[in-house]
Amino acid sequence: MKPILCVNNLKKTYHTKQGETPAIDEVSFSINPGEFIAIVGPSGCGKSTILSILCNLLEKSGGTIETDKNTSFGYMLQQDCLFPWRTILDNCLLGLEITKQNTKENQKHVLKLLKTYGLEEFIHSYPSNLSGGMRQRVALIRTLATKPDILLLDEPFSALDYQSRLAVSDDVYRIIKKEKKSAIMVTHDLAEAISMADRIIVLTERPCRIKNIHSIYFEHRSTPIENRKCKEFSKYYDQIWKEIDFHV
Amino acid sequence: MYSQEHLTFLKKLKKKNRQVKLTQLLILLLFLIIWQLAANFNLINTFISSSPKNISETIYGLMKSGDLWYHVWVTTYETIISFLLGTFLGFFIATLLWWWPFLAKVLDPYLTILNSLPKVALGPIIIIWAGAGKGSIILMALFISVIITIINIYQSFIETDSHKIKLLQSWKATKWQIYYKLIMPNSIQTIINALKINISMSLIGVIMGEFLVSKEGIGYLIMYGSQVFNLDLVMSGVIILGIVATIMYYVINFIEKRCIKNK
Repeated sequence: MKPILCVNNLKKTYHTKQGETPAIDEVSFSINPGEFIAIVGPSGCGKSTILSILCNLLEKSGGTIETDKNTSFGYMLQQDCLFPWRTILDNCLLGLEITKQNTKENQKHVLKLLKTYGLEEFIHSYPSNLSGGMRQRVALIRTLATKPDILLLDEPFSALDYQSRLAVSDDVYRIIKKEKKSAIMVTHDLAEAISMADRIIVLTERPCRIKNIHSIYFEHRSTPIENRKCKEFSKYYDQIWKEIDFHV
Repeated sequence: MYSQEHLTFLKKLKKKNRQVKLTQLLILLLFLIIWQLAANFNLINTFISSSPKNISETIYGLMKSGDLWYHVWVTTYETIISFLLGTFLGFFIATLLWWWPFLAKVLDPYLTILNSLPKVALGPIIIIWAGAGKGSIILMALFISVIITIINIYQSFIETDSHKIKLLQSWKATKWQIYYKLIMPNSIQTIINALKINISMSLIGVIMGEFLVSKEGIGYLIMYGSQVFNLDLVMSGVIILGIVATIMYYVINFIEKRCIKNK
């Protein structure tokens, strides 16, 4: 299978008045169609920077990013970033408006997504009427509305409490798999990464390099919550946990 | 249907509100009565303190002669013009500052100086430049309202959640798209608050201008009254001004409610 994204020797240095800080040092990886990759590492190591570079929010300092010409990215942040003055439907159409693809056909697609994922009765509500978990689901649908090929999830569940976090990560996982999207998720929650990802990239401290890449294999792979009960889960957890340089 | 307990609660709430209103009215009445009695028994000199009776007679006289409406109209009209100018100009300049951060950095110290400078000090200069007329008065009021508008609106522009900007940028949004999809609607509340401040600032500016130029308007009535030592006229002017200011405030409040409802 030909990867849809190849990152080679990616480098990033931040420049401030105080000096220059290397954030990413020679990071290379690739992602196959339909694959779910998680990136874990110590906090502040530059995980999020990788995603910012991929969707053009930041310029890279070196290295190459190879994709097909038409590959598009969808970015989902830790905060749901819903606009409080827009209804749920209008929030979901925001990306289409910005990219000037707000056609009848695409609107239908968004409505279908909202319907499929249980938000139909809220399309004319405002975000303040929804729970944190539902808002995050809306944020995902807003991201999917522009039909991106690769989803970039930047700690998408960290703002939620533990219970809704489990539930929403289950939802989001199902949605992503059903829509057959590839995804790169940055997280600091190791259990979350193992339960969701096909592969896990472990990064070192800043400036980050790749420490190891794990392929996650479950004999009875299903949803993230179920995966947590698999016998392989704790094995992976132990193994990866030891690799991350946590400093308390 | 509510429970008995809830009905009692509502009744109590209503009673409390009525008590507040009643006390407010009582204070006003008491104040007026004591003032009038003190005047009647010569405890105070009505020549310098006037009295409710004299004031109401003066206002009635002004109403009958039509002078009242004329002066109120002049002041209102000057206030509205400077209010509109101040709001639009302030909004426009705040937008420019947001658009070009370089400009904002350059102008920052000047805005700070202009904001802290008591604008009334510019009065004589404005009169010499714009002449002793409506132009000066409106310019004066504009100076007072526009600086604070710029600062408030610009502040809310730059305090817009950076994650939301990031989100729009991830779709490669243009600066204009970021402005009208996010920055502007996000600042609606601040803009309405700025309107509220603006209307009172404009009125202050207009009255100050009328004091200086002294031809017509409520400010002129007050100034003229003090020059001929007619305290009845001065007091009447102040009371009329209070009423005009209150009405303006409620109009803006009404507009705010409409805007919020439409949201």
